[in-house]
Amino acid sequence: MINQSDEYPFAVEMQDIVLRFPGVLANDHVNFTLKKGEIHALLGENGAGKSTLMNVLSGLYKPESGSIRIKGETVTFNSPKDAIAAGIGMVHQHFMLVPTLTVTQNILLGLKKPKFFMNLSHYDKKILDLQEKFGLLVDPTAKIWQLSVGEQQRVEILKMLYRGADILILDEPTAVLAPQEIDDLMATMRALVAQGKSIIFISHKLNEVQAVADRLTVLRKGLATAEGIDPQGLSRGQLAELMVGRKVIFRVEKQAKEPGQVVLEVDDLSTTNNRGLPAVRSVSFQIREGEIFGVAGIAGNGQSELVEAITGLREAVGSVRINGVEVCNCSPRKSIKNGLAHIPEDRTGVGTAPNLSLTNNTIMKNYSQSPISNGWRINYIEAHDFADSLKEDYDIQAPNVEVQARKLSGGNLQKLILAREIYGAPSLIVAMQPTRGLDVGAIEGIQRLLLEQRQRGAAILLLSEELEELLMLSDRIAVIFDGEFVGQMDADETDLNQIGMMMTGTLRSEQ
Amino acid sequence: MKFPYQLKIDPRTEDTPKWLPITTSVGAIVTAFIISGIVLALIGAQPFRVYQYFFKASFGSWGAFSDIVVKATPLILIGLGCTVAFKMNILNIGAEGQFYMGAFFASLVVLVPIIPLDSPRWLVLTLMAAMGILGGALYGFIPGLLKAVFNVNEIITTLMLNYVAVYWNNYWIFGKYSDAGFQMTPTFDKVAWLPRLADLANEFPFFSGITLHLGVVFGIIAAVLIWVILRHSRWGYEITLIGDNPKAANYAGINIKKNIILVMMLSGALAGLAGMSEVTGVVHRLQERISTNYGFSGVIVAWLAKLNPFAVIPVSILFGALIVAGREIQPSGLSFLIQGTILFLVISSDFLLRYKVHIVRRQQEEVS
Repeated sequence: MINQSDEYPFAVEMQDIVLRFPGVLANDHVNFTLKKGEIHALLGENGAGKSTLMNVLSGLYKPESGSIRIKGETVTFNSPKDAIAAGIGMVHQHFMLVPTLTVTQNILLGLKKPKFFMNLSHYDKKILDLQEKFGLLVDPTAKIWQLSVGEQQRVEILKMLYRGADILILDEPTAVLAPQEIDDLMATMRALVAQGKSIIFISHKLNEVQAVADRLTVLRKGLATAEGIDPQGLSRGQLAELMVGRKVIFRVEKQAKEPGQVVLEVDDLSTTNNRGLPAVRSVSFQIREGEIFGVAGIAGNGQSELVEAITGLREAVGSVRINGVEVCNCSPRKSIKNGLAHIPEDRTGVGTAPNLSLTNNTIMKNYSQSPISNGWRINYIEAHDFADSLKEDYDIQAPNVEVQARKLSGGNLQKLILAREIYGAPSLIVAMQPTRGLDVGAIEGIQRLLLEQRQRGAAILLLSEELEELLMLSDRIAVIFDGEFVGQMDADETDLNQIGMMMTGTLRSEQ
Repeated sequence: MKFPYQLKIDPRTEDTPKWLPITTSVGAIVTAFIISGIVLALIGAQPFRVYQYFFKASFGSWGAFSDIVVKATPLILIGLGCTVAFKMNILNIGAEGQFYMGAFFASLVVLVPIIPLDSPRWLVLTLMAAMGILGGALYGFIPGLLKAVFNVNEIITTLMLNYVAVYWNNYWIFGKYSDAGFQMTPTFDKVAWLPRLADLANEFPFFSGITLHLGVVFGIIAAVLIWVILRHSRWGYEITLIGDNPKAANYAGINIKKNIILVMMLSGALAGLAGMSEVTGVVHRLQERISTNYGFSGVIVAWLAKLNPFAVIPVSILFGALIVAGREIQPSGLSFLIQGTILFLVISSDFLLRYKVHIVRRQQEEVS
């Protein structure tokens, strides 16, 4: 039980782990070892069994066979509590924080101490000390809802450290972060291992794995295709092949296209965020037919608010014209009628109704149009056929179109949203983070679809935190910082470095 | 030494089988009777004899069965109103108030009188039904508007408005329309009575004393109507989408505020029609306590029917039976005990729809 300093070489040894879910072998005799003081990356596509393996380690699932040794001792975890007691702390992809409580309150939640009197200021100090030790800075008295995603993640890590975890599992921690925040996180991870912690880093982003990991294990369909190898020893192509099982093309080809008429005209647009503070300040731009206009920026610089103002979901000052029709401060319905398609940032919270069937989710935008509806009635036979055809055309993996949308994986859900939005040939597509959290294969498909739409003549507003993706797909790029456009340029005339500087506000273009 | 078996709970990964919701609902009812039986046994009664008596009192004769359906009629209408609102995640628990308002508005037709009382019976009754619907809808409109415009919690407003409606009703029956100082209005003219089966006793002696009235037909028509709205109409699609994810509905261009108001009005209208059916079909006047908590039982009915409009009918009949049987035995609170236990179990049984429970043998403690 007690940490016997440095006597053990391995913090974690998992051997021959087998776990079955109805119909799938989630972990098929997987071995995994974590040395003390290392960052070990766990790579794999969605559904490859990474999270399952880590849930076994954190006591959520019990393996059917196989053994786990922590710091040299064989253990059986009956619940997550046992795993925490053994020093294992998992930071989930979806944060488990109470938005209305402060950082300190969230960290203390569920602990035995303090017992009755909170004496928060005392604990605020304790947490500040912990922060300084590991370089994880965040105001302990701030409420969670006031924090950016990156800061919330720090709270999650602090929570685990406060509980005395020395084996940290980070489940796709970068999926929700901006490039700058990713760098911060990597620095934090290095600082943590330097102080003797061991980290398991789950990811499906090859460059990050190569940048930060000491060793690497790759899972594919429940099987380990590489165990504990050196990530530097392989090329990105080889890694991707281990992960997907086939060759992956990293660059989708963009054809030349002469832009046509102006589709979206945004003029002097300003709006506020949920807290009533200015979020977008006097933004103006135009997008023409057959053009992809990319917006780069660190998360929380007004991107969400900009998109919401353009799509009619948020009140704003200024003007938004789609094909010449003013839609600012009108209903979302008016924007949709004038040719808007919107791929929202939040797939499950905004883009779909999770408990309804795929059919009900695919007809969301055209349920009042013929042939699905003539008059007051909805023809569910037509709706079903429509959903079936989208499922077929876009290769959405689901047993049938009557299953609930929440049963779909992230990639398939995104395909469904895209299929629905692209249907009916919209003249304007607003896509926010369309490839976030998807695996390499799915990302390629989504990017291809967007380029096809550009070829067809759609105007596309693309907001992404993946700069490489943005540079590859966009014709023109704007950088948003603190709600303002600090530069607009042609994609060919700029590079990662320049955009990166603009994103942090250190550079402004002359115009 | 630990007990060799343990419960294992897993979230359901595949679709919930179709038969399961019905099974858990029926299971909840059976379990509620068992638990109430234990309570009966503890207070020294004989549960089997009580239930036997219960059954006889409610299903023992055509007359008794007709009483049950009469009691079930307002429950069907109110249960349907709750179903629509709950489907959109609007927690309308103000059916009680909407019921009283419907009864009041309908009664105005004969109390004022709005049309001469020598008009044909169908005209008087149609107008009364329309007024009942209007009264309930208006009374649903108020919390709907407050929720849509100011985002006021509808649970609070609908609950509070219930009391307002009861006292509003009392004001008129004690004051202006009181029958010789009693807290009730004079009995309505026969022209304002809903037709009963007993009216046909001259032609069919079998029907003599059968209290079943036309209101139950309103209930059945309403069930079909609500089913068509929810399962086959554009509006029903909007209601379902808002109920599951209002943000997605807003994003899809659906006007949520308008729908909140409309759904509250429809929900209120059905409760109002129930009020009309009760004053014209059963008591034949406006008086105090025309509702025996129909508004609240309706909430339970909607839940137990799993928001399925057709299932509302048999569930209402079960609750009608509990009300009728409750009159026959002492303490009459027993039927409330059963009702409460049923609701409790139905809500908890939702757990079984989302999770799988297995009983597994405990794994051998590992030898180290």
